Amino acid sequence: MSDHSKTDVVVHDGSDPLSVGEKDLDRFPNPGLPEHKHRLSDESEAGAKRVERQIVILFVLSLLASIGGVVGYFVFPLDATLGSVRASTLSIGLGLGVGMLGIGVAAVHWAKALMSDVEQVDERHAQRSDDATRADAIQALKDGADDSRIARRPVLKGALVSAVAVAPLAFVVPLVGNLGGDWNVRKFRYTMWGPGVRLARDPDGGLIRPEQVTIGSVWHVIPDGLLGSEHMLEEKAKAVVLMVRMNPSELTEAPERADWSWDGIVAYSKVCTHVGCPVALYEQQTHHLLCPCHQSTFDVSDGAKVVFGPAKRALPQLPITVDDEGYLVAQSDFHEMVGPSTWERERYSDLPVSDEEKAH
Amino acid sequence: MSTTTPLAKAAGGTADFFDTRVGAGKMVKEFARKVFPDHWSFLLGEIALYSFVVLLLTGTFLTMFFVPSMTEVHYPEDALPVAMRGVEMSEAFASTLNMSFHVRGGLLMRQIHHWAALLFMASIVTHMMRVFFTGAFRKPRELNWVVGFTILILGLAAGFTGYSLPDDVLSGNGLRITDGVVKSIPVIGSYMSFMIFGGEFPGTEIIPRLFTAHILLVPALILALIAVHLVLIVVHKHTQYPGPGRSNRNVVGYPLFPVYVAKAGGFFFVVFGVLAIMGATLAINSVWAYGPYDPSPVGAGAQPDWYMLFLEGSLRLMPGAPEFVIAGYTLSLNVLIPAVVVPGVLFTALAVYPFLEAWATGDKREHHVLDRPRNVPTRTGVGVAILTAFIILVLAGSNDILATHFNLSINSITWVFRFLFFAGPVIAFIVTKRLCLALQRRDRELVLHGHETGRVVRFASGEYIEVHQPLTDHERWLLVGHEPVRPLEIGPGENERGVARPAYKKAVRRSKVSNFFFADRVEPVTPSELAASHGHGEHDEIESAESNEGLLTNASTRG
Repeated sequence: MSDHSKTDVVVHDGSDPLSVGEKDLDRFPNPGLPEHKHRLSDESEAGAKRVERQIVILFVLSLLASIGGVVGYFVFPLDATLGSVRASTLSIGLGLGVGMLGIGVAAVHWAKALMSDVEQVDERHAQRSDDATRADAIQALKDGADDSRIARRPVLKGALVSAVAVAPLAFVVPLVGNLGGDWNVRKFRYTMWGPGVRLARDPDGGLIRPEQVTIGSVWHVIPDGLLGSEHMLEEKAKAVVLMVRMNPSELTEAPERADWSWDGIVAYSKVCTHVGCPVALYEQQTHHLLCPCHQSTFDVSDGAKVVFGPAKRALPQLPITVDDEGYLVAQSDFHEMVGPSTWERERYSDLPVSDEEKAH
Repeated sequence: MSTTTPLAKAAGGTADFFDTRVGAGKMVKEFARKVFPDHWSFLLGEIALYSFVVLLLTGTFLTMFFVPSMTEVHYPEDALPVAMRGVEMSEAFASTLNMSFHVRGGLLMRQIHHWAALLFMASIVTHMMRVFFTGAFRKPRELNWVVGFTILILGLAAGFTGYSLPDDVLSGNGLRITDGVVKSIPVIGSYMSFMIFGGEFPGTEIIPRLFTAHILLVPALILALIAVHLVLIVVHKHTQYPGPGRSNRNVVGYPLFPVYVAKAGGFFFVVFGVLAIMGATLAINSVWAYGPYDPSPVGAGAQPDWYMLFLEGSLRLMPGAPEFVIAGYTLSLNVLIPAVVVPGVLFTALAVYPFLEAWATGDKREHHVLDRPRNVPTRTGVGVAILTAFIILVLAGSNDILATHFNLSINSITWVFRFLFFAGPVIAFIVTKRLCLALQRRDRELVLHGHETGRVVRFASGEYIEVHQPLTDHERWLLVGHEPVRPLEIGPGENERGVARPAYKKAVRRSKVSNFFFADRVEPVTPSELAASHGHGEHDEIESAESNEGLLTNASTRG
C-alpha cells in the first residue's frame, strides 16, 4: 500500500480545481450517462392524456377547497364546533390546506409525469478568476488607492479609522445606557418581606394562622400587601415563599436558625437557587421539594439543602413567628439574596439593607 | 418579432419593456435553462425556505391582532374563553386570547405559525445533516455552510423570541430561566439581566423588546442571509450525487424552466398545504390552558419547543457542585457550563468543521460530487457522535416525561444520561466508523466478485462453485468512482544538512489530525485489482476473497 501511494502521488494543490477523480492513473473510466428510458406518457398519447386529466382534477380540487375555505369563513359562527375543533378554524384551515396542496401536487405531478425528463448537462467552471482577471483586479485596486492619495499619509489613515470607530458610540451608548432602566442591581438583594409583614395565601391574599397549617400540608405564600402594589410582578417574582408544617421532631435546624420556624412550620423562598424557577413540587413523605424545571431537589426538613440536581445552594429561609393577633408574620427579610446566583451575591449578603433603601 | 396573437403581442411588449430597461433578456438567457440536479434530499433546504415564507405570511396576519404590551388588564367578562373572564393579565396575553377566540382564522394562523416554526427548525437541522454527511460543505462551499449555520442560530433566536410573546405562564418561566442563566455570567450578569428586562425581572419592557426582535431584526437578518445562501447556490451550481455520467466538471439534471419552476414552486404549495392542515387539525400552544404569566405557579412536565430541549437537557444534567465563591465573588459553573459552554462547543464545532477537514486533507480543489457517507467514515462518525450528544441532551430535557411515562426514577434517568453524554458519542463514533468501513468492504467485494446468482456449478473435477455475475460498468461506477483520501505525509524533521525544519511541529500536528481522519480507510477497487481478481481463472471468486484482505486497510501499521 505504501508503494501505491508513492507511485501515484495525488496532487491536491488546486492548480486544476476541478480535477477531483482524474489524477489517479489506475482508475475506472466514467461510463457516461445511462440510456434514457421513456415513460408511458412519453410513448402513448393516451398515457399523456390520462396524466393531463389527473392534473386537471387536482387543480379543480384545489379550486373547490379554496372556495370552501372562504365559505367556511362566512358561514360558521365563532362558537360552532365540530367534535373538539371549532368549525371556523377547521373549515378555513382545510380549505386553505387542500387548496394549496392541490396546486402543489398538481404542479409536481405535471413536472414528473408530463414535462420532459431528459437529463441535461451543464458544464461547471472553477470559481477562481483567471490570472489576467486577477491581475486586472489588483491593478484596479492599486489605481484606486493611488487616486485616493492615501498611500503615504498615515495621519489621514489614522484620523479616518479613529473617526469611524468612535462615531457609533454616540448611537450605542444611549441605546445600551437606557436599556437597563436605573441599573440598580442591588434590588436583587431585598424583597417585600420585613419585620412583621404577614404571610398571605397565594393567590387570594388571605392571612394565615398557624392552627390552619396542618402537619404535612404545603402552602404557597406571598407577603401581605403584595396584591395591588405598584411593582406587583417584580416583587412577587422575588418574594414567593413555600411553607410546610411537619412534626418538629422531624425537623433538623441549624442552631443559629433555631427560632426561625414556628412549631414545625418552616418557610423557604420558592425561587430556585439554580436559575430561578418556582420550586413547586412537594413530596410529603420525604419532605423533598422538587423544582419541575431542572429537578433540583431540596430537603425541607434539613434547611432546604440540595439533595439532587443542578442547584448548589439551599433555598433561603424566611424567619417567621406569630404576631399579637395570632397571624404568621416574617421576623425580617431573607438573610441572603433569593434566586439564582449572581457574580456579586455574596457581597450583598454581608450588607445590611436599610428600610430607606427598600422604600426607594 | 413576428407575433400574431394578441397574447403573444402583449408578452412581447412586456419582454421588450423589461429588456430595454434592466436587460432582462440576458438574465433569462442565463438562468431560464440552468440545470439543477435532482434528489429528494435536496428538498430539505427547500422545506426550510418555504416554511420561512409561511412564517412571514402567517406572522403578518398575527401582527394585525397582537398587542405587544405588558400593561395589566382584566379580561372582559363577556369574552371567550369563559375560564379567563375577569382574570388579570397583560395586554399581550389578552390579545393572544382575543385573536384565538374572536378572530376568525386567528387560532388557525397561530397554529400554522407555530407548526411552521417547528418545521423550519427541523428542516434546517436535517438539511444541515444532509450537507454534512455528503460533504457538500467542502470547497468552494465553506462560506455557504457558515451562512446556513448562522441561519440556524438566527432560527433559534426567532423561535425563542416568538415563543415568549404570548406572555403565558409557560413562556414566562422560560424567560425566567433565561434570566437565571444571564445572571450567572461573571462580572456583568446582573447588569445583563437589567439590560434585557429594563430593570428587574419581569418588568414591563421585555415583551415589546422581544416583539421588535421577533418581527423585525431577526427575520430581516434571516431573509438577508437566505438571499446570500441562494445566490451562492447559483454561483457554485448545485452539488450532485455520484453516478454514471456525473463528474466534478459537469452538473446533470433538469432545467430551471419549466421543470424546477413546477417542482420547486409546486413544493412550496405542498409545504404550505401540509402546514395549513396541521394548523387546522392539531392544537398547539393552547395558552389559555396555562393562564397568564404569574411568577408563582409552574407546570410540571413542561417542555420547551423541541429545538430548545437540548439546552434544557444540558441544564438538567449538570450537577450543582461546581458553583464556587472566589474572593467573595460567585462563579456559577453549574449554570455556565451547561448553558454557555456546552452549546458553545457544539455550535463552534459545527461552524468550523469544513475548515478543519480541509486542513486535514490538504486538498485545495473544488468538490462538486457528493460523498456517499460510508466513503468518509471518520466524518460520518463525527457527525453521528455530535448528533448522539444532541439527542441525549434532548432526551435529558424530557427526563421528567420519561420518568412519569415509564415509571422510572428521575434520579436514575439523570445519572444514566450524565454517563451517556460522555460515553454515547464515543460509542457512536466507533460503531459508525466501523459500519462505514464494513459497508465499503462490502462494496469492494461486490465489485470484485459481482452479484451472487444462486447458480451452483460442478466442475469436472467434482468441485462446486457459485457463479457470480459481474457488475455492469454503470453499476460499478457508483462503487469505484470516488477518490481515496490518504493521510498527509510529512517528511523528516531535519533537512539533509541536519537543520531542523521550520514549522515542523505544526506539520506533525496536522499529520496527526490527518491520520485521525484518513488512516483507517478502504480504498475503491482499481481496474488492475479487478483484472487481477479475474486473472485467477475459474476460481477467482474464492481466491480473491482471501487476497482482498491485504488490500483493505493499513490502519494497524500506521498506528
